[in-house]
Amino acid sequence: MKGSKARSVLPGFGLSLGFTIFYLSLIVLIPLAGVFIKTTGLTWEQFWQTVTNARVLASYRVSLMTALAAALANLVFGLLVAWVLVRYRFPGKKLVDSLVDLPFALPTAVAGIALTAIYAPNGWIGSLLEPIGIKVAFTPIGITIALIFIGLPFVVRTVQPVLQELDNETEEAAVMLGAYRWVTFRKVILPQLLPSLLTGFALAFARGIGEYGSVVFISGNMPLKTEITPLLIMTKLEQFDYAGATAIALVMLTASFLMLFLINYFQWRSNRRTASE
Amino acid sequence: MSHMTAKSMFSFRSFLVLVVFAIVLSGCGSANNNGKADAGEDAGKAKNEASGNETGGHSSGEAKKPAVELLNVSYDPTRELYEAYNKLFADYWKKEQNQDVTIKQSHGGSGKQSRAVIDGLKADVVTLALGYDIDAIADQGITNPDWQKKFESNSSPYTSTIVLLVRKGNPKGIKDWNDLIKDDVEVITPNPKTSGGARWNYLAAWGYALKQNGGDEDKAKAFVAELFKHVPVLDSGARGSTTTFVERGLGDVLLAWENEAYLSVNELGKDKFEIIYPSISILAEPPVAVVDKVADNKGTRDVAEAYLNYLYTEEAQKLVAENYYRPQLASVAEQFKDRFPQLDLLTIDGDFGGWKEAQSKHFADGGVFDQIYTPGS
Repeated sequence: MKGSKARSVLPGFGLSLGFTIFYLSLIVLIPLAGVFIKTTGLTWEQFWQTVTNARVLASYRVSLMTALAAALANLVFGLLVAWVLVRYRFPGKKLVDSLVDLPFALPTAVAGIALTAIYAPNGWIGSLLEPIGIKVAFTPIGITIALIFIGLPFVVRTVQPVLQELDNETEEAAVMLGAYRWVTFRKVILPQLLPSLLTGFALAFARGIGEYGSVVFISGNMPLKTEITPLLIMTKLEQFDYAGATAIALVMLTASFLMLFLINYFQWRSNRRTASE
Repeated sequence: MSHMTAKSMFSFRSFLVLVVFAIVLSGCGSANNNGKADAGEDAGKAKNEASGNETGGHSSGEAKKPAVELLNVSYDPTRELYEAYNKLFADYWKKEQNQDVTIKQSHGGSGKQSRAVIDGLKADVVTLALGYDIDAIADQGITNPDWQKKFESNSSPYTSTIVLLVRKGNPKGIKDWNDLIKDDVEVITPNPKTSGGARWNYLAAWGYALKQNGGDEDKAKAFVAELFKHVPVLDSGARGSTTTFVERGLGDVLLAWENEAYLSVNELGKDKFEIIYPSISILAEPPVAVVDKVADNKGTRDVAEAYLNYLYTEEAQKLVAENYYRPQLASVAEQFKDRFPQLDLLTIDGDFGGWKEAQSKHFADGGVFDQIYTPGS
């Protein structure tokens, strides 16, 4: 550590970086490397056949589309929730604020069972929707709702602090200069929120792709229709086909990583732009 | 969506009620409770005191053996059975060997439990839903490959079968397997790819179709394919399917373990459901085995073997029957013959060439079950 030339203001850089890398290795890198290593039991051809099987392809579609739909819903309504929580005062605000975090705390399987109970054809909400021809439980809509549930806190909790820090002065200035509310929102507020919105969206999306517990109850698991990719991974494990399971997991992992990487890149770019303005 | 749940969530009380409801429904189904010690030890201590402490306390004659602990890794529906059995065995072992034995039990999906043992869970004994799941453990060299010959009756101290559970009054008039593919019938069964129980369901239907069509496999496949067209929801496990049928009110008939069907009828409503016995079903043999490597390392082989052997005694067999599993012992079977009607039962070894063959033909990737759901086939 004495070898480091330029001394930092804060001491202990070498030690803390060393610890960080060691810790990340134990918790993230080595387990993920295990996914790669297990996959090496397959030849390229087997790998390709496993990850492009018709049912697996259908499951990517189901997982991606429902996760995307849920993340988009959370983008809009999560912003709304954050907005209400930051900008208004109302009785029970603290309670609502803590409700937002419940999806983090609740075991997802419990959430899945509760949602299924409510949205099943004989459930509280399902029985109201059934007569007008909307089936929720055991359809892709049901999966989307489960993913909206588990993804909501990501958007709210990333947007909330940024919204809190937002300067009233720029807004006031915009109004003084004659901007209408919508224009103020679009040109002044939204650009500043965009990076955090993107982060929340990406987190909710990535989480949705991998979600198993809550979805498996409400989806009905019908092959080609409502079968999500994590379920197919489980069916491989059930046959003791570790290599096949990790092959599919690898595809999911890569997709999620690319997604997060891209979003981080956009965020970095837009941060730089706002900073330079 | 957001305003809909907001409505239900604003009332914190109703939310709590909901959560409790959900937990009850799941019956802790998917949770492992590895750490759960059985009350066997306490029972043993109580007994010790009651018997005037002739063997407890300090050394009087033969030295008291140190207490021993077993881990029984089992599958979901046996939870109640083994809770009762562990007490029975602990008492017996105390009397016989003057040794306290505590049995911990772990429950979960059969395949999942098997993977846990393969990955290093130190189970002394496994009591799983399918021989296939124990074969997988044997393939890793963790237990002896000829495990199934170690105990009587194919190492299956109890058996079960697959029955049809219908709603009270049997409104769709379901009597046998071929009624399941009638136009307006919806069938609830779990996914054979993820559920051991579902594999028995599937094979029972396959065996029926094969017999009906003089052994014509194409026709059997067509029958099973048609049957699965009548399945609106494929749950991942047997308990999930029971919930779908019983609580969610979906479907007209549930393909279920006989013991699960009895539980549904007795616990949830005699006035709501009826059990229908089809003309043919399958003899489900949930097997047991000592996990050789673990038992030898821990020095628990004797007690582990005794634990499984004792399952075949009259007391244990009665317990088995009371938990709606079919006993192997003829005398006990006779006592409970009203509960378990005789029917034509196929066997996995006799009719399907054993688990390995059944698995690779029907349930492995690209097998018959996958073909049913492959576009264009």
